[in-house]
Amino acid sequence: MNEKKINLTLKIWRQVSPKSPGNFSEYKIAVSPDSSFLEMLDEINNDLESRSLEPIAFESDCREGICGTCGLVINGEPHGPLRKIATCQLHMRNFKDGDTIYVEPFRAKAFPLVKDLIVDRSAMDRIMEAGGFISVNTGSIPDANAIQVPKDIASEAMDAASCIGCGACVASCKNASAMLFVSAKVSQFALLPQGQTERYNRVEAMVKKMDELGFGACSNTYACEAECPKGISVKNIARMNREYFMAKVKSDNVEV
Amino acid sequence: MGWLSRALNSSIGKKFVMALTGICLILFLVIHLINNLTLFAGPELFNSVVKGLDGIKPLIRVIEVILALIFIFHIYEGVRLWWENKKARPVNYTVNGSSKNSDIFSRTMIWTGSIVFIFLVIHLRTLWVTFNFDPTVHEGHRYYDAVVSAFQSPVYSLFYVVAVVILGFHLNHGFQSAFQTFGWNHKKYFPFIQKLGMIYSTLTALAFASIPIYFLFFFGGK
Repeated sequence: MNEKKINLTLKIWRQVSPKSPGNFSEYKIAVSPDSSFLEMLDEINNDLESRSLEPIAFESDCREGICGTCGLVINGEPHGPLRKIATCQLHMRNFKDGDTIYVEPFRAKAFPLVKDLIVDRSAMDRIMEAGGFISVNTGSIPDANAIQVPKDIASEAMDAASCIGCGACVASCKNASAMLFVSAKVSQFALLPQGQTERYNRVEAMVKKMDELGFGACSNTYACEAECPKGISVKNIARMNREYFMAKVKSDNVEV
Repeated sequence: MGWLSRALNSSIGKKFVMALTGICLILFLVIHLINNLTLFAGPELFNSVVKGLDGIKPLIRVIEVILALIFIFHIYEGVRLWWENKKARPVNYTVNGSSKNSDIFSRTMIWTGSIVFIFLVIHLRTLWVTFNFDPTVHEGHRYYDAVVSAFQSPVYSLFYVVAVVILGFHLNHGFQSAFQTFGWNHKKYFPFIQKLGMIYSTLTALAFASIPIYFLFFFGGK
């Protein structure tokens, strides 16, 4: 292999523990343009480990853009400069020789930093536990067309359900708001017949939990939609607002 | 009514109050602008319009109190949201990529709003107080002359122009944002709402700005 490598300067956030102060460490690397962003970090880590130095802590799992585990803020943008991809799908060919790249962790009060580039995103799980489920017994697989769902509604629900819960919406929002995530989860149930039973309790409980966890409110900047690796639409936020207003008007919950 | 106050103090509830008061203020600006544009017709029409409003003073006072409350709620919720939203990200990014994923009007609402607020206070002092409490202006119904004298100051006129342009920026985001908050983001209507907001904010800013320019540079057509 005689490929032309590109030279990059990486400024990567290093922080030993949640409480200790962090700072940027500089790494110079000649990397193949065909390498993915995470493979480049692997290369740096191999080098660090070979010199008995502490490797950079970052998260990844499937490395094909469907698990939502990886998530880095690259030059100020979650998942980097390209649209509708996760960090693992970003390739170095999108950078130029001589570029300096800043890599930071997701920053939000609700996402406490664990180490280096790893943050604890379990706040999103707490929101799901509050109402992101269906607890009625759905039984076995229904007969075809027993529950009729129009194709366009099914597609809209699927679009909402394609959220991988990576947290890029929170990371990109100037208010660290989780509205896009929560609205996608509210929408996927609100659109389908199986979600109707708990419709109003769900949106009330999930919004309440979201507020408790310290996420910000929505300013409608739509940065979340731009940075979302799955292209979740802010129409879902509008739908969640509608659901919330209707829940407040119609539900029996006076203590929520 | 605990549920209602909890609902209005939730993240979505606060945005709802912002949007509702914002829409009220948008409507107020339309009425205000129509009144102001009578200035271009000369002193007779303008003075008689203001005199007419003075004739129904008790009603106007009630409307003024309601309007003041709308302003107070809009400003209170705006500052509160800004403060709470700031706290949601205690550590900022070193590289700020927000210009790549959002427009500047949406990110600067607190600042454009603050400038409009400063303008509002000065504007009330120069014109509202004069119209209501200055004996020569109020008793003699010489409202048009009061406007002419206010805009003789280039500093005030320039500030007025800058402030209404910034108000235009504020409205440009605020208009469509309010409808999104209400949940009225629909494939058919939302593109129209966005365009309408753009046209409304541009026309409002230009029309308000035309008044000091008319008086300062064209001497009110004289």
